[in-house]
Amino acid sequence: MNKIETKNLSLFYGTFQALIDVNLSVEEKMITALIGPSGCGKSTLLRTLNRMNDLIDGVRITGEVLIDGENIYGKETDLVLLRKKVGMVFQRPNPFPLSIFDNVAYGPRTHGSKNKAELEDIVEKALKHVELWEVLKDKLDHFALNLSLEQQQRLCIARLVAVTPDIVLMDEPCSALDPVATQRIEELMFELKKNYTIVIVTHNMQQAARVSQRTGFMLLGKLVEYGETRQVFTTPREKKTEEYITGRYG
Amino acid sequence: MRKFRETIIEKTILLNGFACILFVVLIFVFLAKDGLALFKTFAIQDFLFGQMWSPLAEPPQFGILPLFLGSVIVTLGATVIAVPLGMACAIFIGEIAPRWMREILKAGVELLAAIPSIVIGFIGMTMLGPVVKQIFHLPTGLTALTGSIALAFMAVPTIVSIMEDAISSVPRIYKEGSLALGATHWQTIYRVIIPAASSGIVAAVMLGIGRVIGETMAVMMLTGNASVMPQTILAPVRTMTATIAAEMGETVRGSEHYFALFALGLVLFLITFLINLVADAALHRKRK
Ligand SMILES: Nc1ncnc2c1ncn2[C@@H]1O[C@H](COP(=O)(O)OP(=O)(O)OP(=O)(O)O)[C@@H](O)[C@H]1O
Ligand SMILES: [Mg+2]
Repeated sequence: MNKIETKNLSLFYGTFQALIDVNLSVEEKMITALIGPSGCGKSTLLRTLNRMNDLIDGVRITGEVLIDGENIYGKETDLVLLRKKVGMVFQRPNPFPLSIFDNVAYGPRTHGSKNKAELEDIVEKALKHVELWEVLKDKLDHFALNLSLEQQQRLCIARLVAVTPDIVLMDEPCSALDPVATQRIEELMFELKKNYTIVIVTHNMQQAARVSQRTGFMLLGKLVEYGETRQVFTTPREKKTEEYITGRYG
Repeated sequence: MRKFRETIIEKTILLNGFACILFVVLIFVFLAKDGLALFKTFAIQDFLFGQMWSPLAEPPQFGILPLFLGSVIVTLGATVIAVPLGMACAIFIGEIAPRWMREILKAGVELLAAIPSIVIGFIGMTMLGPVVKQIFHLPTGLTALTGSIALAFMAVPTIVSIMEDAISSVPRIYKEGSLALGATHWQTIYRVIIPAASSGIVAAVMLGIGRVIGETMAVMMLTGNASVMPQTILAPVRTMTATIAAEMGETVRGSEHYFALFALGLVLFLITFLINLVADAALHRKRK
Protein backbone atom coordinates (compact mmCIF):
# COMPACT_ATOMS: atom_id res chain seq x y z
CA MET A 1 0.00 0.00 0.00
CA ASN A 2 1.21 3.49 -0.79
CA LYS A 3 1.95 5.79 2.10
CA ILE A 4 0.08 8.71 0.54
CA GLU A 5 -2.43 8.60 -2.23
CA THR A 6 -4.51 11.43 -3.64
CA LYS A 7 -7.61 10.56 -5.59
CA ASN A 8 -9.04 13.08 -8.06
CA LEU A 9 -7.89 15.83 -5.76
CA SER A 10 -9.03 19.30 -6.77
CA LEU A 11 -8.60 22.49 -4.83
CA PHE A 12 -10.23 25.87 -5.33
CA TYR A 13 -9.12 29.21 -3.92
CA GLY A 14 -12.51 30.88 -4.20
CA THR A 15 -13.29 30.45 -7.88
CA PHE A 16 -9.72 29.81 -8.99
CA GLN A 17 -8.89 26.14 -9.39
CA ALA A 18 -5.31 25.59 -8.22
CA LEU A 19 -5.30 21.78 -8.35
CA ILE A 20 -7.02 19.80 -11.07
CA ASP A 21 -7.75 16.09 -10.56
CA VAL A 22 -4.43 15.22 -9.04
CA ASN A 23 -3.70 11.52 -8.59
CA LEU A 24 -0.41 11.08 -6.80
CA SER A 25 1.00 8.07 -5.00
CA VAL A 26 3.89 8.43 -2.62
CA GLU A 27 5.79 5.35 -1.55
CA GLU A 28 7.04 4.73 1.94
CA LYS A 29 10.58 5.70 3.02
CA MET A 30 11.43 7.35 -0.24
CA ILE A 31 12.01 10.91 -1.30
CA THR A 32 9.42 12.15 -3.73
CA ALA A 33 10.13 15.44 -5.47
CA LEU A 34 7.54 17.80 -6.93
CA ILE A 35 8.83 20.10 -9.65
CA GLY A 36 7.21 22.57 -12.00
CA PRO A 37 7.17 26.26 -12.89
CA SER A 38 6.22 28.93 -10.40
CA GLY A 39 2.54 29.06 -9.56
CA CYS A 40 1.73 25.58 -10.85
CA GLY A 41 0.41 24.43 -7.48
CA LYS A 42 3.32 22.54 -5.90
CA SER A 43 3.01 24.22 -2.53
CA THR A 44 -0.74 23.95 -2.67
CA LEU A 45 -0.55 20.21 -3.28
CA LEU A 46 2.00 19.78 -0.50
CA ARG A 47 -0.16 21.72 1.92
CA THR A 48 -3.19 19.56 1.23
CA LEU A 49 -1.25 16.64 2.69
CA ASN A 50 -1.23 18.05 6.23
CA ARG A 51 -4.32 20.20 5.74
CA MET A 52 -2.49 23.49 6.14
CA ASN A 53 -4.79 24.88 3.48
CA ASP A 54 -7.56 24.77 6.05
CA LEU A 55 -6.15 28.02 7.42
CA ILE A 56 -6.99 29.96 4.28
CA ASP A 57 -10.44 31.45 3.89
CA GLY A 58 -12.49 30.31 0.95
CA VAL A 59 -10.61 27.11 0.14
CA ARG A 60 -12.69 24.22 -1.18
CA ILE A 61 -11.38 20.74 -1.75
CA THR A 62 -12.87 17.79 -3.59
CA GLY A 63 -11.50 14.28 -3.94
CA GLU A 64 -9.59 12.30 -1.35
CA VAL A 65 -6.20 12.22 0.28
CA LEU A 66 -5.43 8.82 1.76
CA ILE A 67 -2.63 8.48 4.26
CA ASP A 68 -2.04 4.89 5.31
CA GLY A 69 -5.34 4.18 3.60
CA GLU A 70 -7.38 6.68 5.56
CA ASN A 71 -8.97 9.76 4.04
CA ILE A 72 -7.60 12.72 5.96
CA TYR A 73 -10.48 14.87 4.75
CA GLY A 74 -12.92 12.47 6.36
CA LYS A 75 -15.17 13.56 9.19
CA GLU A 76 -13.36 11.87 12.04
CA THR A 77 -9.87 13.13 11.22
CA ASP A 78 -8.04 14.55 14.23
CA LEU A 79 -5.99 17.48 12.93
CA VAL A 80 -3.60 17.33 15.88
CA LEU A 81 -2.78 13.68 15.24
CA LEU A 82 -2.58 14.25 11.50
CA ARG A 83 -0.07 17.07 11.82
CA LYS A 84 1.92 15.13 14.38
CA LYS A 85 2.20 12.36 11.85
CA VAL A 86 2.74 14.58 8.81
CA GLY A 87 5.31 17.24 9.62
CA MET A 88 6.32 20.20 7.52
CA VAL A 89 9.52 22.15 6.84
CA PHE A 90 8.97 25.60 5.38
CA GLN A 91 10.71 27.61 2.71
CA ARG A 92 11.95 30.26 5.09
CA PRO A 93 13.41 28.73 8.23
CA ASN A 94 10.86 29.60 10.91
CA PRO A 95 12.19 28.76 14.34
CA PHE A 96 10.04 30.33 17.04
CA PRO A 97 11.41 33.41 18.80
CA LEU A 98 12.27 31.25 21.80
CA SER A 99 15.38 29.49 23.03
CA ILE A 100 16.93 26.61 21.08
CA PHE A 101 15.79 24.17 23.72
CA ASP A 102 12.24 25.50 23.77
CA ASN A 103 12.07 25.24 20.00
CA VAL A 104 12.90 21.55 19.93
CA ALA A 105 10.85 20.83 23.04
CA TYR A 106 7.86 22.69 21.59
CA GLY A 107 6.22 19.71 19.92
CA PRO A 108 6.73 17.21 22.74
CA ARG A 109 5.45 19.76 25.26
CA THR A 110 2.46 20.46 23.10
CA HIS A 111 1.69 16.78 23.00
CA GLY A 112 1.92 16.41 26.72
CA SER A 113 5.42 15.51 27.91
CA LYS A 114 6.20 17.69 30.88
CA ASN A 115 8.99 15.66 32.45
CA LYS A 116 12.24 17.63 32.28
CA ALA A 117 14.58 14.66 32.01
CA GLU A 118 12.45 13.20 29.24
CA LEU A 119 12.43 16.50 27.35
CA GLU A 120 16.20 16.86 27.69
CA ASP A 121 16.59 13.41 26.27
CA ILE A 122 14.29 14.15 23.33
CA VAL A 123 16.05 17.43 22.58
CA GLU A 124 19.46 15.81 22.64
CA LYS A 125 18.39 13.00 20.32
CA ALA A 126 16.69 15.37 17.89
CA LEU A 127 19.65 17.73 17.74
CA LYS A 128 22.02 14.80 17.25
CA HIS A 129 19.85 13.62 14.42
CA VAL A 130 20.35 16.88 12.53
CA GLU A 131 24.00 17.17 13.59
CA LEU A 132 23.52 20.27 15.68
CA TRP A 133 24.18 18.73 19.07
CA GLU A 134 27.96 19.07 19.09
CA VAL A 135 27.81 22.75 18.11
CA LEU A 136 24.88 23.80 20.25
CA LYS A 137 24.91 21.60 23.33
CA ASP A 138 26.27 24.42 25.50
CA LYS A 139 24.01 27.04 23.95
CA LEU A 140 20.62 25.44 24.41
CA ASP A 141 19.33 28.53 26.20
CA HIS A 142 20.40 30.88 23.40
CA PHE A 143 17.87 32.68 21.24
CA ALA A 144 17.12 30.57 18.18
CA LEU A 145 16.85 33.48 15.77
CA ASN A 146 20.55 34.29 16.22
CA LEU A 147 21.62 31.07 14.50
CA SER A 148 22.75 30.98 10.88
CA LEU A 149 20.04 30.25 8.33
CA GLU A 150 21.31 26.74 7.77
CA GLN A 151 21.34 26.07 11.50
CA GLN A 152 17.85 27.52 11.74
CA GLN A 153 16.61 25.18 9.05
CA ARG A 154 18.30 22.24 10.79
CA LEU A 155 16.68 23.34 14.02
CA CYS A 156 13.30 23.34 12.30
CA ILE A 157 13.97 19.79 11.15
CA ALA A 158 15.03 18.82 14.67
CA ARG A 159 11.85 20.39 15.99
CA LEU A 160 9.96 18.11 13.64
CA VAL A 161 11.99 15.00 14.42
CA ALA A 162 11.18 15.56 18.10
CA VAL A 163 7.51 14.78 17.50
CA THR A 164 8.44 11.58 15.62
CA PRO A 165 6.40 12.09 12.46
CA ASP A 166 5.96 9.49 9.77
CA ILE A 167 6.00 11.79 6.81
CA VAL A 168 8.01 14.98 6.31
CA LEU A 169 6.84 17.58 3.82
CA MET A 170 9.46 20.08 2.66
CA ASP A 171 8.55 23.18 0.70
CA GLU A 172 11.72 24.44 -1.00
CA PRO A 173 13.71 23.86 2.19
CA CYS A 174 16.98 25.08 0.70
CA SER A 175 15.87 28.13 -1.23
CA ALA A 176 17.08 30.50 1.49
CA LEU A 177 20.45 28.73 1.81
CA ASP A 178 23.79 28.96 0.05
CA PRO A 179 25.12 26.04 -2.05
CA VAL A 180 27.27 24.55 0.71
CA ALA A 181 24.45 24.65 3.22
CA THR A 182 22.12 23.23 0.56
CA GLN A 183 24.40 20.28 0.00
CA ARG A 184 24.57 19.57 3.70
CA ILE A 185 20.81 19.72 4.09
CA GLU A 186 20.55 17.29 1.17
CA GLU A 187 22.87 14.92 2.99
CA LEU A 188 20.60 15.22 5.99
CA MET A 189 17.64 14.29 3.81
CA PHE A 190 19.35 11.05 2.79
CA GLU A 191 19.83 10.33 6.45
CA LEU A 192 16.18 11.10 7.22
CA LYS A 193 14.95 8.90 4.39
CA LYS A 194 15.85 5.82 6.44
CA ASN A 195 13.09 6.65 8.88
CA TYR A 196 10.71 8.96 7.12
CA THR A 197 8.73 9.29 3.95
CA ILE A 198 9.71 12.64 2.43
CA VAL A 199 7.92 14.79 -0.08
CA ILE A 200 9.94 17.78 -1.26
CA VAL A 201 8.95 20.70 -3.44
CA THR A 202 11.87 22.25 -5.26
CA HIS A 203 12.61 24.75 -7.97
CA ASN A 204 16.03 23.30 -8.38
CA MET A 205 15.99 20.45 -10.87
CA GLN A 206 19.49 19.28 -10.03
CA GLN A 207 18.32 18.96 -6.47
CA ALA A 208 15.31 16.89 -7.47
CA ALA A 209 17.56 14.68 -9.59
CA ARG A 210 20.12 14.31 -6.80
CA VAL A 211 17.94 13.56 -3.82
CA SER A 212 14.73 11.97 -4.98
CA GLN A 213 13.71 8.50 -6.09
CA ARG A 214 10.36 9.59 -7.49
CA THR A 215 9.52 12.81 -9.27
CA GLY A 216 6.23 14.46 -10.15
CA PHE A 217 6.06 17.26 -12.70
CA MET A 218 3.24 19.73 -12.32
CA LEU A 219 1.89 22.31 -14.71
CA LEU A 220 -1.05 24.67 -14.24
CA GLY A 221 -2.56 22.67 -11.39
CA LYS A 222 -2.18 19.27 -13.05
CA LEU A 223 0.20 16.48 -12.25
CA VAL A 224 1.48 16.01 -15.78
CA GLU A 225 3.97 13.25 -15.22
CA TYR A 226 4.96 11.05 -12.34
CA GLY A 227 7.51 8.27 -12.13
CA GLU A 228 10.96 7.15 -11.17
CA THR A 229 13.26 10.14 -11.00
CA ARG A 230 15.77 8.71 -13.45
CA GLN A 231 13.07 7.96 -15.96
CA VAL A 232 11.44 11.38 -15.63
CA PHE A 233 14.72 13.15 -16.15
CA THR A 234 16.16 10.97 -18.92
CA THR A 235 13.19 9.67 -20.87
CA PRO A 236 10.14 11.75 -19.98
CA ARG A 237 6.91 10.41 -21.39
CA GLU A 238 5.32 13.83 -21.83
CA LYS A 239 6.54 16.46 -24.22
CA LYS A 240 5.88 19.22 -21.68
CA THR A 241 8.05 17.54 -19.08
CA GLU A 242 10.87 17.35 -21.56
CA GLU A 243 10.49 21.00 -22.44
CA TYR A 244 10.58 21.99 -18.80
CA ILE A 245 13.54 19.83 -17.94
CA THR A 246 15.57 21.01 -20.87
CA GLY A 247 14.91 24.54 -19.79
CA ARG A 248 12.43 25.74 -22.37
CA TYR A 249 9.93 26.69 -19.64
CA GLY A 250 9.49 29.02 -16.65
CA MET B 1 16.07 77.44 -7.30
CA ARG B 2 14.67 73.96 -6.80
CA LYS B 3 17.51 73.20 -4.47
CA PHE B 4 16.66 76.28 -2.47
CA ARG B 5 13.05 75.18 -2.15
CA GLU B 6 14.08 71.71 -1.02
CA THR B 7 16.27 73.23 1.65
CA ILE B 8 13.47 75.45 2.91
CA ILE B 9 11.07 72.52 3.11
CA GLU B 10 13.58 70.32 4.83
CA LYS B 11 14.45 72.99 7.36
CA THR B 12 10.79 73.68 8.08
CA ILE B 13 10.10 70.04 8.79
CA LEU B 14 13.19 69.87 10.95
CA LEU B 15 12.05 72.93 12.82
CA ASN B 16 8.65 71.39 13.49
CA GLY B 17 10.28 68.27 14.81
CA PHE B 18 12.41 70.31 17.15
CA ALA B 19 9.43 72.39 18.18
CA CYS B 20 7.81 69.30 19.73
CA ILE B 21 10.87 68.61 21.79
CA LEU B 22 11.15 72.26 22.65
CA PHE B 23 7.59 72.31 24.00
CA VAL B 24 8.26 69.33 26.24
CA VAL B 25 11.43 70.93 27.53
CA LEU B 26 9.68 74.25 28.08
CA ILE B 27 6.85 72.63 30.00
CA PHE B 28 9.36 70.79 32.10
CA VAL B 29 11.37 73.93 32.81
CA PHE B 30 8.23 75.86 33.65
CA LEU B 31 7.03 73.14 36.03
CA ALA B 32 10.45 72.76 37.59
CA LYS B 33 10.92 76.47 38.13
CA ASP B 34 7.72 76.94 40.13
CA GLY B 35 7.75 73.46 41.59
CA LEU B 36 11.26 73.63 42.99
CA ALA B 37 10.48 77.03 44.50
CA LEU B 38 8.50 75.18 47.16
CA PHE B 39 11.63 73.68 48.64
CA LYS B 40 12.97 77.10 49.64
CA THR B 41 10.39 77.16 52.41
CA PHE B 42 9.30 73.51 52.73
CA ALA B 43 11.66 70.55 53.31
CA ILE B 44 11.79 68.15 50.36
CA GLN B 45 11.64 65.03 52.56
CA ASP B 46 8.47 66.35 54.23
CA PHE B 47 7.04 66.86 50.76
CA LEU B 48 7.95 63.39 49.48
CA PHE B 49 7.31 61.36 52.62
CA GLY B 50 4.91 63.50 54.64
CA GLN B 51 1.69 61.67 55.43
CA MET B 52 -0.57 64.68 55.49
CA TRP B 53 -1.69 67.01 52.76
CA SER B 54 -3.54 69.93 54.27
CA PRO B 55 -2.70 73.31 52.77
CA LEU B 56 -5.09 75.14 55.06
CA ALA B 57 -3.61 73.84 58.33
CA GLU B 58 -1.38 76.03 60.43
CA PRO B 59 1.42 75.50 59.52
CA PRO B 60 0.34 74.05 56.16
CA GLN B 61 1.27 70.43 55.38
CA PHE B 62 2.31 69.36 51.89
CA GLY B 63 3.04 65.64 52.33
CA ILE B 64 2.20 63.96 49.00
CA LEU B 65 2.32 60.38 50.22
CA PRO B 66 -1.48 60.01 50.61
CA LEU B 67 -2.04 61.51 47.17
CA PHE B 68 0.71 59.43 45.61
CA LEU B 69 -0.70 56.26 47.17
CA GLY B 70 -4.17 57.32 46.08
CA SER B 71 -2.94 57.52 42.50
CA VAL B 72 -1.08 54.22 42.85
CA ILE B 73 -4.10 52.36 44.23
CA VAL B 74 -6.49 53.69 41.62
CA THR B 75 -3.99 53.03 38.83
CA LEU B 76 -3.11 49.54 40.04
CA GLY B 77 -6.79 48.68 40.40
CA ALA B 78 -7.52 49.94 36.91
CA THR B 79 -4.54 48.04 35.51
CA VAL B 80 -5.56 44.80 37.15
CA ILE B 81 -8.99 45.14 35.57
CA ALA B 82 -7.99 46.58 32.21
CA VAL B 83 -5.04 44.39 31.29
CA PRO B 84 -6.76 40.98 31.28
CA LEU B 85 -9.84 42.51 29.69
CA GLY B 86 -7.85 44.34 27.04
CA MET B 87 -5.63 41.37 26.38
CA ALA B 88 -8.55 39.00 25.92
CA CYS B 89 -10.17 41.52 23.63
CA ALA B 90 -6.98 42.03 21.60
CA ILE B 91 -6.46 38.29 21.19
CA PHE B 92 -10.05 37.85 20.14
CA ILE B 93 -9.86 40.64 17.57
CA GLY B 94 -6.42 39.69 16.28
CA GLU B 95 -6.68 35.94 16.21
CA ILE B 96 -10.14 34.54 16.61
CA ALA B 97 -12.83 36.82 15.27
CA PRO B 98 -13.81 36.41 11.61
CA ARG B 99 -12.85 39.32 9.41
CA TRP B 100 -16.21 41.10 9.32
CA MET B 101 -16.50 40.99 13.10
CA ARG B 102 -12.94 42.21 13.47
CA GLU B 103 -13.73 45.50 11.73
CA ILE B 104 -16.85 46.06 13.84
CA LEU B 105 -15.00 45.37 17.06
CA LYS B 106 -12.12 47.64 16.15
CA ALA B 107 -14.54 50.46 15.39
CA GLY B 108 -16.27 49.80 18.71
CA VAL B 109 -13.02 50.02 20.61
CA GLU B 110 -12.16 53.28 18.91
CA LEU B 111 -15.57 54.63 19.82
CA LEU B 112 -14.92 53.72 23.43
CA ALA B 113 -11.74 55.76 23.27
CA ALA B 114 -13.71 58.73 22.03
CA ILE B 115 -16.06 58.94 25.03
CA PRO B 116 -15.16 62.09 26.99
CA SER B 117 -13.90 61.32 30.45
CA ILE B 118 -16.51 63.54 32.02
CA VAL B 119 -19.21 61.29 30.57
CA ILE B 120 -17.52 58.24 32.03
CA GLY B 121 -17.32 60.05 35.35
CA PHE B 122 -20.98 60.95 35.13
CA ILE B 123 -22.08 57.41 34.34
CA GLY B 124 -19.79 56.05 37.03
CA MET B 125 -21.27 58.40 39.58
CA THR B 126 -24.88 57.63 38.88
CA MET B 127 -24.65 53.94 38.07
CA LEU B 128 -21.38 52.41 39.25
CA GLY B 129 -21.13 54.18 42.61
CA PRO B 130 -24.45 52.90 44.01
CA VAL B 131 -23.63 49.37 42.87
CA VAL B 132 -20.23 49.40 44.60
CA LYS B 133 -21.84 50.85 47.71
CA GLN B 134 -24.46 48.13 47.82
CA ILE B 135 -22.22 45.16 47.05
CA PHE B 136 -19.62 45.98 49.70
CA HIS B 137 -22.03 47.60 52.21
CA LEU B 138 -20.11 50.87 52.27
CA PRO B 139 -21.11 54.26 53.63
CA THR B 140 -20.28 55.76 50.24
CA GLY B 141 -19.96 54.43 46.71
CA LEU B 142 -17.26 56.90 45.80
CA THR B 143 -14.11 54.88 46.44
CA ALA B 144 -10.78 54.00 44.87
CA LEU B 145 -12.41 50.89 43.41
CA THR B 146 -15.12 52.90 41.69
CA GLY B 147 -12.46 55.09 40.12
CA SER B 148 -10.45 52.05 39.11
CA ILE B 149 -13.33 50.44 37.30
CA ALA B 150 -14.18 53.61 35.39
CA LEU B 151 -10.55 54.22 34.51
CA ALA B 152 -10.17 50.65 33.36
CA PHE B 153 -12.72 51.41 30.66
CA MET B 154 -10.66 54.35 29.57
CA ALA B 155 -7.44 52.32 29.44
CA VAL B 156 -8.93 49.37 27.57
CA PRO B 157 -9.02 51.06 24.12
CA THR B 158 -5.35 52.04 24.34
CA ILE B 159 -4.38 48.58 25.49
CA VAL B 160 -6.50 46.79 22.90
CA SER B 161 -5.38 48.78 19.90
CA ILE B 162 -1.66 48.57 20.64
CA MET B 163 -1.80 44.92 21.68
CA GLU B 164 -3.85 44.00 18.67
CA ASP B 165 -1.24 45.64 16.44
CA ALA B 166 1.48 43.65 18.16
CA ILE B 167 -0.44 40.40 17.85
CA SER B 168 -1.35 40.79 14.21
CA SER B 169 2.18 41.73 13.27
CA VAL B 170 3.56 38.42 14.51
CA PRO B 171 4.85 36.77 11.32
CA ARG B 172 2.46 34.23 9.87
CA ILE B 173 5.24 31.66 9.53
CA TYR B 174 5.46 31.30 13.32
CA LYS B 175 1.81 30.49 13.51
CA GLU B 176 2.01 28.04 10.63
CA GLY B 177 5.09 26.42 12.15
CA SER B 178 3.27 25.83 15.38
CA LEU B 179 0.07 24.51 13.81
CA ALA B 180 2.10 22.27 11.52
CA LEU B 181 3.60 20.64 14.60
CA GLY B 182 0.13 19.67 15.73
CA ALA B 183 -0.41 22.47 18.24
CA THR B 184 -3.98 23.68 18.64
CA HIS B 185 -4.95 27.26 17.97
CA TRP B 186 -4.93 28.07 21.68
CA GLN B 187 -1.57 26.47 22.25
CA THR B 188 -0.25 28.47 19.32
CA ILE B 189 -1.62 31.69 20.77
CA TYR B 190 -0.19 31.37 24.24
CA ARG B 191 3.04 29.59 23.48
CA VAL B 192 4.16 31.33 20.28
CA ILE B 193 2.10 34.39 19.43
CA ILE B 194 2.03 36.01 22.87
CA PRO B 195 5.76 35.49 23.51
CA ALA B 196 6.53 36.79 20.03
CA ALA B 197 4.39 39.87 20.64
CA SER B 198 5.59 40.36 24.20
CA SER B 199 7.36 43.67 23.70
CA GLY B 200 4.29 45.21 22.09
CA ILE B 201 2.16 43.78 24.88
CA VAL B 202 4.38 45.36 27.53
CA ALA B 203 4.26 48.68 25.69
CA ALA B 204 0.47 48.48 25.51
CA VAL B 205 0.23 47.90 29.25
CA MET B 206 2.60 50.77 30.02
CA LEU B 207 0.76 53.20 27.78
CA GLY B 208 -2.53 52.07 29.30
CA ILE B 209 -1.12 52.85 32.73
CA GLY B 210 0.13 56.19 31.45
CA ARG B 211 -3.36 56.98 30.28
CA VAL B 212 -4.85 56.11 33.66
CA ILE B 213 -2.35 57.86 35.87
CA GLY B 214 -2.81 61.18 34.12
CA GLU B 215 -6.59 61.03 34.07
CA THR B 216 -8.30 63.69 36.17
CA MET B 217 -11.95 64.37 35.55
CA ALA B 218 -13.43 60.94 36.10
CA VAL B 219 -11.22 60.29 39.11
CA MET B 220 -12.21 63.54 40.70
CA MET B 221 -15.86 62.65 40.35
CA LEU B 222 -15.58 59.06 41.48
CA THR B 223 -12.94 58.53 44.13
CA GLY B 224 -14.45 60.53 46.97
CA ASN B 225 -11.58 63.02 47.25
CA ALA B 226 -10.38 62.27 50.75
CA SER B 227 -6.73 63.15 51.13
CA VAL B 228 -5.98 60.61 53.83
CA MET B 229 -3.59 57.70 53.77
CA PRO B 230 -5.61 55.03 51.91
CA GLN B 231 -6.13 51.81 53.85
CA THR B 232 -8.08 49.70 51.37
CA ILE B 233 -9.28 49.97 47.81
CA LEU B 234 -12.79 50.37 49.20
CA ALA B 235 -11.95 53.66 50.91
CA PRO B 236 -12.30 57.10 49.37
CA VAL B 237 -8.95 58.41 48.12
CA ARG B 238 -7.62 61.44 46.35
CA THR B 239 -5.18 61.28 43.48
CA MET B 240 -2.44 63.70 42.54
CA THR B 241 -4.25 64.88 39.43
CA ALA B 242 -7.53 65.47 41.24
CA THR B 243 -5.70 67.48 43.90
CA ILE B 244 -4.15 69.80 41.37
CA ALA B 245 -7.40 70.27 39.51
CA ALA B 246 -9.42 70.89 42.65
CA GLU B 247 -7.04 73.25 44.42
CA MET B 248 -5.39 75.25 41.69
CA GLY B 249 -8.32 77.65 41.51
CA GLU B 250 -8.14 78.49 45.19
CA THR B 251 -4.48 79.33 45.49
CA VAL B 252 -2.82 82.68 45.37
CA ARG B 253 -0.26 82.91 42.65
CA GLY B 254 3.22 82.71 44.14
CA SER B 255 2.08 81.31 47.47
CA GLU B 256 3.55 78.24 49.07
CA HIS B 257 0.41 76.27 48.19
CA TYR B 258 0.72 77.35 44.57
CA PHE B 259 4.30 76.12 44.43
CA ALA B 260 3.31 72.88 46.14
CA LEU B 261 0.80 72.14 43.40
CA PHE B 262 3.47 72.76 40.80
CA ALA B 263 5.81 70.41 42.63
CA LEU B 264 3.03 67.83 42.57
CA GLY B 265 2.69 68.38 38.83
CA LEU B 266 6.42 67.90 38.46
CA VAL B 267 6.23 64.53 40.23
CA LEU B 268 3.36 63.49 37.97
CA PHE B 269 5.31 64.58 34.91
CA LEU B 270 8.32 62.53 35.96
CA ILE B 271 6.18 59.45 36.58
CA THR B 272 4.47 59.57 33.18
CA PHE B 273 7.78 60.34 31.52
CA LEU B 274 9.27 57.23 33.11
CA ILE B 275 6.32 55.09 32.04
CA ASN B 276 6.59 56.29 28.46
CA LEU B 277 10.29 55.60 28.51
CA VAL B 278 9.70 52.01 29.59
CA ALA B 279 7.01 51.57 26.94
CA ASP B 280 9.33 52.98 24.31
CA ALA B 281 12.18 50.72 25.38
CA ALA B 282 9.85 47.73 25.13
CA LEU B 283 8.77 48.72 21.63
CA HIS B 284 12.35 49.24 20.55
CA ARG B 285 13.46 45.85 21.76
CA LYS B 286 11.12 44.37 19.20
CA ARG B 287 12.65 46.13 16.22
CA LYS B 288 16.08 44.62 16.74
N1 LIG C 1 -4.19 31.92 -0.64
C1 LIG C 1 -4.37 31.95 -1.96
N2 LIG C 1 -5.45 32.55 -2.48
C2 LIG C 1 -5.65 32.59 -3.81
N3 LIG C 1 -4.83 32.04 -4.71
C3 LIG C 1 -3.73 31.42 -4.27
C4 LIG C 1 -3.44 31.34 -2.87
N4 LIG C 1 -2.27 30.67 -2.72
C5 LIG C 1 -1.86 30.35 -3.96
N5 LIG C 1 -2.73 30.79 -4.89
C6 LIG C 1 -2.62 30.58 -6.35
O1 LIG C 1 -2.59 29.21 -6.59
C7 LIG C 1 -1.63 28.89 -7.58
C8 LIG C 1 -0.67 27.86 -7.07
O2 LIG C 1 0.08 28.44 -6.01
P1 LIG C 1 1.24 27.64 -5.30
O3 LIG C 1 1.77 28.52 -4.22
O4 LIG C 1 0.77 26.31 -4.91
O5 LIG C 1 2.32 27.53 -6.45
P2 LIG C 1 3.79 26.95 -6.40
O6 LIG C 1 3.89 25.92 -7.46
O7 LIG C 1 4.16 26.54 -5.04
O8 LIG C 1 4.62 28.21 -6.84
P3 LIG C 1 6.06 28.68 -6.36
O9 LIG C 1 7.03 27.84 -7.09
O10 LIG C 1 6.12 30.11 -6.80
O11 LIG C 1 6.13 28.51 -4.89
C9 LIG C 1 -0.98 30.20 -7.98
O12 LIG C 1 -1.57 30.63 -9.18
C10 LIG C 1 -1.31 31.13 -6.87
O13 LIG C 1 -1.47 32.45 -7.35
MG1 LIG D 1 5.55 27.31 -3.52
